[in-house]
Amino acid sequence: MIRVVLPQHLRTIAQVGYEVELEVAVPVTQRSILDALEARYPMLAGTIRDHVTQQRRPFLRFFACEEDWSLEAPDAPLPEAVASGKEPFYVIGAIAGG
Amino acid sequence: MSKVRVLVGTRKGAFILNADGKRDKWEVSGPHFAGWEIYHLKGSPVDPNRIYASQTSGWFGQLIQVSNDGGKSWGIPGGSITPVPGAMPKVESNKFVYDTTSPNGKPLTTHQWYDGTQHPWEFKRVWHLEPSYTEADTVYAGVEDAALFRSTDGSKSWQELPGLRGHGTGPKWQPGAGGMCLHTVILDKKDPKRIYIAISAAGAFRTDDGGKTWKPINQGLRSQYIPDPKAEVGHCVHHVAMHPSRPNTLFMQKHWDVMRSDDAGDNWKEVSGNLPTDFGFVIDVHAHEPETIYVVPIKSDSEHYPPEGKLRVYRSRSGGNEWEALTKGLPQSNCFVNVLRDAMAVDSLDKCGVYFGTTGGQVYASTDAGDSWSAIVRDLPAVYSVEVQTLP
Repeated sequence: MIRVVLPQHLRTIAQVGYEVELEVAVPVTQRSILDALEARYPMLAGTIRDHVTQQRRPFLRFFACEEDWSLEAPDAPLPEAVASGKEPFYVIGAIAGG
Repeated sequence: MSKVRVLVGTRKGAFILNADGKRDKWEVSGPHFAGWEIYHLKGSPVDPNRIYASQTSGWFGQLIQVSNDGGKSWGIPGGSITPVPGAMPKVESNKFVYDTTSPNGKPLTTHQWYDGTQHPWEFKRVWHLEPSYTEADTVYAGVEDAALFRSTDGSKSWQELPGLRGHGTGPKWQPGAGGMCLHTVILDKKDPKRIYIAISAAGAFRTDDGGKTWKPINQGLRSQYIPDPKAEVGHCVHHVAMHPSRPNTLFMQKHWDVMRSDDAGDNWKEVSGNLPTDFGFVIDVHAHEPETIYVVPIKSDSEHYPPEGKLRVYRSRSGGNEWEALTKGLPQSNCFVNVLRDAMAVDSLDKCGVYFGTTGGQVYASTDAGDSWSAIVRDLPAVYSVEVQTLP
């Protein structure tokens, strides 16, 4: 199971706790995680990446294993620790706006 | 006894204010969707407990929340999940995508940017939700960048009415200070095929065929801030109001100027009369007196607060030109709030209730058609919108 940590506002929208678990087919990538997340929680569609372009929203970042994956290719395989469920995949809201 | 429900959208959430027909004791619930910008909420005339809310954020984009119990609980309609062979399902929730499909869609053209260059349409948020008079699941959404969308399945999916954006004048539309927003949607209760909309800064438009074709209705507007002050489009219309019993009579608060049309917008004349300033955002019509209208004059386009620091609603009982200041219960010194375009509404009780919200977080109510005012709440986040439901 893949573990995903969402920002507070999206937890409220999806009515989930700090962390969600998802079945994701290998290879585990940003795209495959977000596809699975949106399929399980349709109300999150469009909140993390644009509906049409599938681009990450500008004020969101993706972290994994204490590294910033935001600018990596969506289909790049994530670390084994994420794929095995040892470490979560983090969706983080940028600190902006005061 | 009748009840009144006031729906308030603010910069940091939605609030619902309930009272009985006396309108003297209010229960406040909220914030709903705490921390999010709520541009607008509105209830269905068919099913008053069906309320649509526009929830938006610079971080997470646009969501539409729906309540079926008068605002006690909310949810995002699940949307249809379309199976895609060999790929993850395609999700439709909260999806506002300009229609560029053949044969009915329109190419994603450009509009004028602040610097005069052309700029592609980009969806940003929903400014206004207008539920249908006849179908609880049908609701219109006015969006930024300006376009009109419609849902016929209770907000599970949305489709653009592309004839508006693509009818030909789009390249001359330009964003106002708040963005290029379609902020006003008025349905004609007597003629379901007629819809009025208004855009900052493009002007007012009308369809008589249910949204297939549109025409600009700006004849008579005069705007000194555009190269041709009498241009067909480009006017910064702030809000338009109509009394349901007189669908051919429209009242407009333009950037500057209060205007009136008696021929469904084909021609406009100025009715600013003796207002202390004719800049402002809101305009509304008394529930029972179609010639009684309300505005809140704001000092200027660069100073968005009441002149002299005195918060005054102005009422005309003659459909414009002759205005009286309504001040009883409103602050008459050191008041520097604004009243935004969707932040005034009326109930249909007798006497007519009038409500408005301010950027200072106050929601004021009058239970005597404006003669006197009191604050229902004083310390909300900046108020973006106010709508009122009169319930049995």
